[in-house]
Amino acid sequence: MSYRTADELHQEAQCLLDEYLPKVAFLKVKERQKIPSQDMPVQHPEVRSHNMEEVALGYSFEQARVEAFRCLQCAKKNCIEGCPVKIDIPRFIDHIAKGEIEQAIAVVKETTLLPAVCGRVCPQERQCQMHCTLGKSLKDVDSSVAIGRLERFVADWERINNKIVIPTVKPATGKKVAVVGSGPAGLVVAADCRREGHHVTIFEAFHKMGGVLRYGIPEFRLPNDIIDKEIETLAAMGVEIKTNFVVGRTRKLTDLIDKDGYDAVFIGTGAGLPIFMGIEGENLNGVFSANEYLTRINLMKAFDKNADTPLYPSKRVVVLGGGNVAMDASRMAKRLGAEKVFVVYRRGENEMPARKEEVLHAKEEGVTFLYLRNAKRILGDEKGCVKGIECLEYELGEPDASGRRSPVVVAGSEFLLEADTIIVAVGNGSNPLISQTTPQLNVSKRGNIVVDETQKTSMDKVFAGGDIVLGAATVILAMGEGRKSAASINAMLLNNP
Amino acid sequence: MNRILYKHQLSQDVFLMRLYAPMIAEERLAGQFIILQTDDNYGERIPLTIADADISEGSITIIFQVVGKTTKHLATFDVGDELPALVGPLGKPTHIENFGRAVCVCGGIGVAPMHPIAQALKKAGNHVTIITGARTKDLIILEKEMSMIADEYIACTDDGSYGRKSLVTGPLKELCESEAKPDIVIAIGPPVMMKFCSETTRPYNVFTQVSLNTIMVDGTGMCGGCRVNVGKEVKFVCVDGPEFDGHLVDFDNMISRLSAYKEIERTHYKCFVEKTFNNAAKAVTL
Ligand SMILES: Cc1cc2nc3c(=O)[nH]c(=O)nc-3n(C[C@H](O)[C@H](O)[C@H](O)COP(=O)(O)OP(=O)(O)OC[C@H]3O[C@@H](n4cnc5c(N)ncnc54)[C@H](O)[C@@H]3O)c2cc1C
Ligand SMILES: Cc1cc2nc3c(=O)[nH]c(=O)nc-3n(C[C@H](O)[C@H](O)[C@H](O)COP(=O)(O)OP(=O)(O)OC[C@H]3O[C@@H](n4cnc5c(N)ncnc54)[C@H](O)[C@@H]3O)c2cc1C
Ligand code: SF4
Ligand code: SF4
Ligand code: FES
Repeated sequence: MSYRTADELHQEAQCLLDEYLPKVAFLKVKERQKIPSQDMPVQHPEVRSHNMEEVALGYSFEQARVEAFRCLQCAKKNCIEGCPVKIDIPRFIDHIAKGEIEQAIAVVKETTLLPAVCGRVCPQERQCQMHCTLGKSLKDVDSSVAIGRLERFVADWERINNKIVIPTVKPATGKKVAVVGSGPAGLVVAADCRREGHHVTIFEAFHKMGGVLRYGIPEFRLPNDIIDKEIETLAAMGVEIKTNFVVGRTRKLTDLIDKDGYDAVFIGTGAGLPIFMGIEGENLNGVFSANEYLTRINLMKAFDKNADTPLYPSKRVVVLGGGNVAMDASRMAKRLGAEKVFVVYRRGENEMPARKEEVLHAKEEGVTFLYLRNAKRILGDEKGCVKGIECLEYELGEPDASGRRSPVVVAGSEFLLEADTIIVAVGNGSNPLISQTTPQLNVSKRGNIVVDETQKTSMDKVFAGGDIVLGAATVILAMGEGRKSAASINAMLLNNP
Repeated sequence: MNRILYKHQLSQDVFLMRLYAPMIAEERLAGQFIILQTDDNYGERIPLTIADADISEGSITIIFQVVGKTTKHLATFDVGDELPALVGPLGKPTHIENFGRAVCVCGGIGVAPMHPIAQALKKAGNHVTIITGARTKDLIILEKEMSMIADEYIACTDDGSYGRKSLVTGPLKELCESEAKPDIVIAIGPPVMMKFCSETTRPYNVFTQVSLNTIMVDGTGMCGGCRVNVGKEVKFVCVDGPEFDGHLVDFDNMISRLSAYKEIERTHYKCFVEKTFNNAAKAVTL
């Protein structure tokens, strides 16, 4: 598909809007199906692969309305079924169709706190948009109503136009809630508990707030301004923020309750434990976990010449993995000047867990994908630096119990890729810091905190949610668990005056 | 928060600071460290051992050597200034018990992290021998404090300007061969020194604990940048350590990993010094 500028897309939408606006109320399903889906304007691949700015530029008002016209306003709202937090999708889209953006964002905010984030990073093609009737009738999930882009549009509109209203906070209850971790799960708990009038403190280990939204997902996909705005809103609501505070070390979890008088604790510490492959050469200079690579750049700003945190000089980069993390790392490597970037993934393209859009964007930016390949060992030079990686070819075998065809090694298929940098992005386990220092806390074999259906842990007054419970999952699932936890905490505090 | 209460220059490149950090002072145990930043936007996160703490004053003591940009910048902070970011205590505390004869070997700035450990070992009833090594007399620090703790204090210098003219491994080997064979050796200092201490004690089968100073980013086990090979396992120094069995540590790999950014760090340092100090010098002469 040829590249079209934001302006071209906008002009086209303007024409479509003029054409459809007079008759939109009378359109038959067949006619609606014919309204062209609106492409997201993006920076040109050549340009964006050399800068950190956001790739997707966002719909114009006209584009958003035309896209909203496509929604069939189904009686059976399949799309809602696909959304983990059950946003009333047809209702907010209907407001956009009518040009009522303020009402649209209000609907979205009934259920989600971070629409600007979810609209950008949700794997929509596997959630809301997968279930959309329009996409199904056109037999193409890419033809579904672009729910995520519309959600992003209304959220951006609200932020850009300074319409963010600070939620009202009920009179002080005198109860104290401690939130550990400032990722999406923690942010939601803080907002929801604060609204009920409880005193809320967020404890964050890093010097900056936002969890993976800050240190993991890059600026070109999720600008920091958006996170800053959310934090500002929380602060304006009176949420107390303590950065540089590692619960379990700076203070024991139990001390927060016993000594500091917190009436409830929420643990949202995420899945911050990088998994390595355990192959030869993994400790050579030039081998990084994606966490380290992205943290140096996103949190420590190593891409900036003013930053003190150094960056490894990379020319040929191999990224191992096929999820969002691998996409972010490979696209980042390109932006930082790598001449050649490979993504080595052990299954096929269709099995890749990354969002479709990220894969497409990575390809456009010049990342090379090697499917059905996996690393065998990393080779180093006499100075202990990476000089290449030996990989193996795989083929898809018989479907396993889960129905997925698992990859099988092709004997003797070793081949060498020259590289100076290897980024391991094969997953994250759960960070053991809290569980190690809180032996009373029940955790699963994989280190995830065990909770009941109200998100309560094995400890009194202690709740948990997000990646620390689910294993590495998604922003929206973390938020959903935060919501549930906050409801349980609020109920508990209401019942124990 | 994080206000500097006291600052003192111990030797040409080594500074001691007491920082107001009541929470850390209360929680910390021997062997633990903090991470600080001299700028929380563009600054690096650097780990420094907590050399001492005073709960009544709410302070912790750090002792650091100027080796690069961040430590150079830190040295320009004065009493009353606040550090933009300070987090801790991190790492596992040293395991302290009455081992019997404990030998603490400190190389250079390693005296600083050793101080609380030696203190704790003494308090637990050990016979404590302290061996310190420095290149030359002027670089010896904390001599009074250490010799007060020690049952036996042996100072060595490379050039013989003070104490014995020997590397620390000299007296260490003698102790291992003597009647008073150590029950535990703790070595803290430059990686090469820890490596050779471990090699010295290996033939005598004396358990040797080292405290590793790998490059770190977060210090909470999130990035894996601090990883080292210990025996057949990969360990994260910030959460599994910083202390490990020196006979199992792959020092060569660790030393090579420490040099990953040497060139870039040198450039950062040079730029910083030129910008900060040459301009200051010009300002004075004008
Ligand atoms: C590179 C990358 C890209 C991703 N892309 C996507 C995407 O496109 N779409 C999507 O839906 N999901 C994506 N994810 C996953 C998503 O970011 C996570 O599922 C989500 O952030 C989990 O939220 P959380 O609140 O559970 O924890 P986190 O976001 O991990 O936040 C946990 C916070 O707790 C802090 N913390 C940890 N321990 C302590 C402690 N002891 N004391 C105090 N604070 C502590 C951490 O510093 C961190 O700030 C991505 C993840 C990564 C790493
Ligand atoms: C657990 C731990 C405890 C430590 N305790 C002390 C202490 O009590 N006193 C003290 O003076 N130093 C201590 N260090 C070392 C100290 O962290 C480094 O000297 C400091 O990070 C250097 O920062 P810089 O910006 O000044 O120098 P840089 O310009 O970053 O580095 C200069 C040189 O120091 C080495 N280096 C870089 N980063 C680190 C790092 N994070 N750790 C170790 N070496 C590094 C590199 O080889 C580099 O070439 C400790 C390190 C660790 C891991
Ligand atoms: S939150 Fe995610 S799943 Fe729900 S509607 Fe928005 S984009 Fe779709
Ligand atoms: S399923 Fe699709 S077309 Fe139907 S209401 Fe939802 S978004 Fe609109
Ligand atoms: S410093 Fe990041 S894991 Fe140890």
